[in-house]
Amino acid sequence: MGKEIILSAKDLSIGYHSKGTNTSVHDHLNFSLRKGELTSLLGPNGVGKSTLMRTISALQPRIGGSLTLEGKELNEYNERERSRTIGVVLTDKAQIGGLTVNEVVALGRQPHTGFFGRLSTRDKELIESAILSVGLGIKRSSYMAELSDGERQKAMIAKALVQESPLILLDEPTAFLDAASRIEITQLLHEIATTQNRSILLSTHDIEQALILSDRLWLLTKKGLKCGTPEDLVLNHQLDSLFEDKNVIFNKERGTFVPSIKHSQGIYIKAENETLLRWGVNAMNRLGFRPENSEKKIASLTIMNANKIIYRGTDQTEVTFNSFEELTNTITELLS
Amino acid sequence: MTKNKRLIWCLMGTLLPILFIGNLFYGSVSIPCQEILNILSGGEAEKESWMFIILESRLPQAITALLCGASLSASGLLLQTTFNNPLAGPSILGINTGASLGVALVMLFMGGSIGIGSLAFSGFLAVLAGAIIGALCVMAILLFFSTFVKGTLTLLIIGIMVGYLSSSAISLLNFFATKEGVHSYMIWGLGSFSGVSSNQLPFFSITIIIGLCASTLLIKPLNALLLGERYAENLGTNIKQARNLILLTVGLLTACTTAFCGPIAFIGLAVPHIARLLLGTSNHNSLLPFTLLTGAVVALLCNLACTLPGENGIIPLNAVTPIFGAPIIIYVLINQHKIQYFN
Repeated sequence: MGKEIILSAKDLSIGYHSKGTNTSVHDHLNFSLRKGELTSLLGPNGVGKSTLMRTISALQPRIGGSLTLEGKELNEYNERERSRTIGVVLTDKAQIGGLTVNEVVALGRQPHTGFFGRLSTRDKELIESAILSVGLGIKRSSYMAELSDGERQKAMIAKALVQESPLILLDEPTAFLDAASRIEITQLLHEIATTQNRSILLSTHDIEQALILSDRLWLLTKKGLKCGTPEDLVLNHQLDSLFEDKNVIFNKERGTFVPSIKHSQGIYIKAENETLLRWGVNAMNRLGFRPENSEKKIASLTIMNANKIIYRGTDQTEVTFNSFEELTNTITELLS
Repeated sequence: MTKNKRLIWCLMGTLLPILFIGNLFYGSVSIPCQEILNILSGGEAEKESWMFIILESRLPQAITALLCGASLSASGLLLQTTFNNPLAGPSILGINTGASLGVALVMLFMGGSIGIGSLAFSGFLAVLAGAIIGALCVMAILLFFSTFVKGTLTLLIIGIMVGYLSSSAISLLNFFATKEGVHSYMIWGLGSFSGVSSNQLPFFSITIIIGLCASTLLIKPLNALLLGERYAENLGTNIKQARNLILLTVGLLTACTTAFCGPIAFIGLAVPHIARLLLGTSNHNSLLPFTLLTGAVVALLCNLACTLPGENGIIPLNAVTPIFGAPIIIYVLINQHKIQYFN
């Protein structure tokens, strides 16, 4: 527990305030964020992730409890102080297509510049190093409109970096990105947290990447918030209940959620190596079979390699397939 | 600054004095160039009337056009950024119409006594006060709705509706007003840069310049607002304060131009687009000054176009501004997927 705590919440209530009444979404939340760590907030849609993020970033007032940022109540910060302590990356649509990367990142210096927003030499150095650290060096003079979604997100991350805030909040930073960019952005954020000793909190639906790269996970369900390292949460069955109303279960081996299928029949699967076994199980699961540990009285599948798969029925008849396609096309008929 | 941008700045910078001089030298009465130079350098002219035309009509008109163009364009740019909508402008949001309603109330109910031709100073002060109150009322309504209406699009539509309401109020007023009142209101409604006489000019200029200075002081929050309100708030911008200051500045600029020159359409809407397209940036550091410059150039050009029929009279300003403004808006809308600042 050597890492310095930057933000802590005690009995926090979050929700909406309208027409004199408070509608609470969550009560009694307790959590903390530490410097140098990447924290991922996971949870189903509509559970209040965005409300929690907005409350922490002070864009929405809280209903009750306390929220302490660097030893001071969040309420007691004025706009300018807060803008130097918290940087945000949102999913809002901005009208910045006509600005260059350099200009957008420079906007992040606003909390530090004077009335006219003039940039000092130090400001310019910080902007340059932020652009380089997100890997947009060659794009610094490009218009935002010319960037890919992933590059746009990187530019907004660079904007948050030059705010020099110890805490950075990102609302679904990988939502619109392809798989490669998702990994790249999450990796980048983890690197920034570690090397620049910042505390980064992001909300995401990308559970796989969150499990791989987060130092801590926050699981938000209707019942409340659970915090811990990904490994502890996985091994203590905490992820199993994340989507409890839905027809999905958490697969610990694969570290991902899979559809819960009603299995009709058992099958024993043998394979030459782990990879073949994993994909054999994948195919059989999809086709509605339940992989079993013993071959007594049930059909079995022996996977020699991707082009040789032997099926043996309960009556000991053997059929050899040359691909999974052949297998999936005929196996349902064989068993019926 | 790239070479291209510097060239465009220089081009616009040279166009301004050329057009300004053009406005002095060209008009419905032809006066020899030598005489105009004489008059401008303080000398005597061959005819008394020429001196009057140059010093009391063309010079104040050129200065008025320059300032009106700049202030309407600045208003348009401020509104487009604040409402996060490229189609926002003083006329669309009903601010123009609000000012018109104020003017209509003053003009129609004081009868024909404040004819546009009579140029009585106290009468014009009353018209100006009416315009400012009208514009600020529309602003107040927009501000009131902005406290609980979230989307800027909704706010934009509310502005349009308020504009319609003011228009119908004006029509009702016209119905009950005297014939002279209606006539002078109609003439005013055609728009003209000739509405400011030389003795009103200092007052008019000072008010406009105050508004323009205020707009340049808002550059930092305007740039932050490009990112959207929540980003701007996170960058330390006091959103409410910034928005109020912006709308107040726009109210002052629009009311002052509308009171003197009538409800001029399209300059506020189209010029910010011309400026963005030419300069290729949304950064207000350079965009705002360039918009002021372009607005002045466009207004001078429109004013010159009004005098084209030569000795046969003058075309109303509001017949000219849509001819240049509407095609630009249509061009921008059709090509929006190709234009950077839309994406």
